[in-house]
Amino acid sequence: MGSRQQVDEFLAEAEELLEKLSQDLAELGEGIENGDVNPELVNGIFRDAHSMKGLAGMFGFDDIAELAHHLEDLLDKLRLGKISLNRILLDLLFETIEGVGLLVRGKAGDPDYTINVAPYVQRIGDLLAGPDDNSAITLEALNLDVALLNVLTEYEEHRLQENLTQGRLLLLVSVAFPLDSFDTDLSDVIGELKHVGEVVSTLPGAANADPSSLAFRILFACKIPLENLSATPGLSDCCFETVSPAPPVSVSVPAPVLAGVSKGLTQAEQPLPQEAPLQQTGEDTSLRSVSHSVRVDIGKLDILMNLVGELGLVKGGIAQVASDLSNSGVAQACDLEKSVHSLERRLAELQKAVMDVRMVPVRQLFDKMGRIIRRMAQELGKKVELKTFGSETEFDKLIAEELADPLMHIIRNALDHGIESGTERLAAGKAEVGCIELRATQRGNHVVLEIADDGKGIDSEVLRRKGIERGLVDSDTQISRRNLFGLLFHPGFSTRDEVSEYSGRGVGMDVVKNNISALSGIIDIDSTYGQGTQISLTLPITLAIIKALVVRIQGRDYAIPLTSVLETLLLEPGMIQTIEGQEVVELRRSTLPLLRLNQLFNLDGQTSSGGDFVVVAGFAGRRIGIVVEELRGQQDVVIKSLGKSLSFVKGIAGAADLGNQKTVLVLDVSSLITDLLRGDTGLNV
Amino acid sequence: MRGLIVSTLEAMECCEVVEACNGFEALRMLPREKVDLIVTDINMPDINGLELVNFCRNNPLYQATPMIIISTEGSERDREKGLALGADAYLIKPFRPADLQQLIRKLLH
Repeated sequence: MGSRQQVDEFLAEAEELLEKLSQDLAELGEGIENGDVNPELVNGIFRDAHSMKGLAGMFGFDDIAELAHHLEDLLDKLRLGKISLNRILLDLLFETIEGVGLLVRGKAGDPDYTINVAPYVQRIGDLLAGPDDNSAITLEALNLDVALLNVLTEYEEHRLQENLTQGRLLLLVSVAFPLDSFDTDLSDVIGELKHVGEVVSTLPGAANADPSSLAFRILFACKIPLENLSATPGLSDCCFETVSPAPPVSVSVPAPVLAGVSKGLTQAEQPLPQEAPLQQTGEDTSLRSVSHSVRVDIGKLDILMNLVGELGLVKGGIAQVASDLSNSGVAQACDLEKSVHSLERRLAELQKAVMDVRMVPVRQLFDKMGRIIRRMAQELGKKVELKTFGSETEFDKLIAEELADPLMHIIRNALDHGIESGTERLAAGKAEVGCIELRATQRGNHVVLEIADDGKGIDSEVLRRKGIERGLVDSDTQISRRNLFGLLFHPGFSTRDEVSEYSGRGVGMDVVKNNISALSGIIDIDSTYGQGTQISLTLPITLAIIKALVVRIQGRDYAIPLTSVLETLLLEPGMIQTIEGQEVVELRRSTLPLLRLNQLFNLDGQTSSGGDFVVVAGFAGRRIGIVVEELRGQQDVVIKSLGKSLSFVKGIAGAADLGNQKTVLVLDVSSLITDLLRGDTGLNV
Repeated sequence: MRGLIVSTLEAMECCEVVEACNGFEALRMLPREKVDLIVTDINMPDINGLELVNFCRNNPLYQATPMIIISTEGSERDREKGLALGADAYLIKPFRPADLQQLIRKLLH
């Protein structure tokens, strides 16, 4: 079994399932006592046992998986009414769950801990080997038309059986409605009936004298006396026929349970104490959970984060008042300002603490990828080694979740198309075992994830030719290496035609790129033919709360995430040059392309005449200059997304509240950069 | 699922498909449409597929209309009942669209 973290991950989920199972079993026990068992509850328990099996199987805990498998089997039979629910069965369910719990808690101390599950399995087997239910006999003995029984599905038969066991009054309700309104009329009647019992089946009547109406019979298990039912206002058109009367109250509930006990005793209870003692839980077993983690819905953390952000805005308001008071010479202003400062510090700590809760180590993601690589390598018959670096690097849980799929696609591509088979590798003079490297590093407010393989790489010449064929590249212009590999992110672009041995199942890199962009991240790809491919993802550590530079463009305020602002310049007349229709300025001997948002967003009003500022924005080695009229200051903002219906808007990451009842749009620097540097001006705004 | 079946049938080109989203709707639709073949799920929210088969087989108008029941669970008991009631075929999901098409061709010709 794998690493400590994997065990922890398993424990957290397994304990949660166990707890739910115990609760539901307790509820089931109450149901038996009251003679009213909810079929949905049994279904739920069955599904949880199934999840437990899957979970244990995934982490390689075969003993738990085996036990859960037999539990699931038992519950499936119960669900379909093939065995009857009684105290004996409930005890067996509790004991089996206890056994699973024992194993789970044991694994917390030592992953190799195990117990003998055979006694548990045998008990379940014994119970299942017991005589089948007497269902067929009782149903046929009912005062029911055989033709009617013949149209009940197995599940409906089971429900009928169950209601009989509960001692309910069974009725056949007859009713006829006009052909053009029968569905609503009938639904009303059924709705009425469902308040006081269970509708087992609705049967359309075939032979009817009046062709303009349709007759129905409803098989109904009733919880109230017939007199009360027929007095119900909505049921005045119905005709009731008793199929099986409710037995006298005194014997109604205990009878079926007792029958089960006497049967169960001979089958299951007797052999156990001597031959197959179950693992003793013992006095010393602690009831405390072994896992110290709490699982919280990320939505709750988002709410917390938003509150912190809004507190920050309130603080800003108070600070403003304090400074106004101070300026007008109020005596206590100084104390107020001190308090505001200490509020500010505490708030910063609170923000950091909330942020920390959201942070997860990238290791969780790496472990998942490790499992995928092992499984895929086996399927493809390739030998691959995984190396990970910097797995303790942390980032926001939300980003980690959103990153799982794109990362999986990248790794699949690497394994499928990158890494060659063992013989091919030996022939190329490489080590027989291929290698995939996952590397995470933190750079300021960003995390860089690099995925490198030492496979066959991508032939840049093929890429170039294909680009020219598709009209994406001019045949006579020089294209930079970055732009060349950037072609891979074009929708529908594939190298599959040329290289036949590429299996062609590669996931479109354009999809991966869109996923990364949605996280305000940037993806880069580089490859050396014959030696391997490197993909690097640059992502913000968190999306929840950011520092932003507020700027004014054409009389409107925008926020630019400070993480992507490198510097600001005063734009002096004459600095701007035009190269191939693109405005640029020269900055320390490199050329900086300029972006005018008023043109991009088609804002009204004339283009400002100059005398502006340039915000140099960029990361991952790419920079652009955004021309703005005014730099208004720095502020913490909580970004709210624009929502699904505006998801087509490019260049805007979301909206943020500035605290003075003003809402600003937050620029999506990564998409602005990518589109400007690609020369794509077709932004939809 | 219903969408898949409809598109499977429409792909056959010989068929015009009318859909009912539950048993009641089917019962309303039957007198209005001239139906050559019925495909029904065994589990519907209102009436079950067996009941629909029974209804049709006992009604002179639809007595001879070929009927196919489709089911997710492979309950042998339900299958036997369905065929005994007069369904022409009982298909258990998952099946290949081609199987359904072949079955329909057989039943219609």
